Amino acid sequence: MLETKAQRPTPLQLFLIFSRIGLTSFGGGLSGWMLREFVQRRRLLGEDEFLNGLAIAQALPGVNVTNMAIWIGYKLGGRAGAIASWMGMVVPAAIVIVLIASAFASISGYELSHVALNGAAAAAIGLSLAMGLTAARRVPRRIFPICVMVATFIAVTVLHWPLLWTVLGIGSLSVAVAYRQA
Amino acid sequence: MPPTALSILIVFLPLSLATIGGGQSAIADMHRQIVDVNHWLTATQFVDAFAIARLAPGPGSLLATLIGWQIAGFWGALAATVGIFGPTAVLIYAVSSLWSRYQGARILIALEAGLRPVAAGMILAASYVLIQALDGGWFARSLALLSTALLMLTPVNPLLLIGAGAGCFVGLHMLALI
Repeated sequence: MLETKAQRPTPLQLFLIFSRIGLTSFGGGLSGWMLREFVQRRRLLGEDEFLNGLAIAQALPGVNVTNMAIWIGYKLGGRAGAIASWMGMVVPAAIVIVLIASAFASISGYELSHVALNGAAAAAIGLSLAMGLTAARRVPRRIFPICVMVATFIAVTVLHWPLLWTVLGIGSLSVAVAYRQA
Repeated sequence: MPPTALSILIVFLPLSLATIGGGQSAIADMHRQIVDVNHWLTATQFVDAFAIARLAPGPGSLLATLIGWQIAGFWGALAATVGIFGPTAVLIYAVSSLWSRYQGARILIALEAGLRPVAAGMILAASYVLIQALDGGWFARSLALLSTALLMLTPVNPLLLIGAGAGCFVGLHMLALI
């Protein structure tokens, strides 16, 4: 069923796609970038498949974006795909962060670079918010799922619940109700 | 413990499983272990590393890589990276393969349906928190909303958009507006 959407990428291609995503993401929003790359541009995954993966990547411990890289990599290329995607996400960015830290040691306090990075971060938040709105649009328009979404938002932003308790509390209630209806 | 690659690995392995919903939740504990318990870095060094990790591209948990690098060079960086990403990578890998094998089972369908509104709420909350944390007042917030609209309505290249955001802020700064 995947094959009808587009040619499956090779592990090397997955490594390169995730390297690019990892290296061009300032100020978060990486999952938004993945949605754009894999669903909207390349049509390798359906929006539903992607959002299912995202829900699981968020519920499990681990950085969402590396979880997501492994999930997508596994779906598209099995074990080799998962490893290549994870390496693409982590290794180039790890090298770059060490280089940046070395550079900062020599030019720290340069104001214009801070302003530019802040502007980049403001635009990058759009990726995160657009992703959130896409996910929200796909939540079934029934009272219970919408309440779950709003409760999660409030628990994190207003009540400052630790994410672990948010996922365990609201998540297990929501899954239990979905199980009864399934 | 002395700052060897092995002791760095031992510190970061359990922290990996504390990174639920993104690396931010593990940072407080990372600080405690690195600065207070083991005295591998000073508090100032830790905050500097944190700022650089926020500015740099890539997953925020690369803070661990940077800390490992500052403590013990290449092997320190490698140990910290494997420690912070390894256990959760194995976990999601196992879940991915189980998921493909039992696709369509009732419990998996329930998990997918039940977790999706939670995920949507969490992403919206994360965007809200990020917008609140932006420097640059209403200019920055308007730019974030404009960027959201462009991404949702047009096939604009995100990299171009981010570059334009940076350029726009540098321009406004030169005009002394921010």
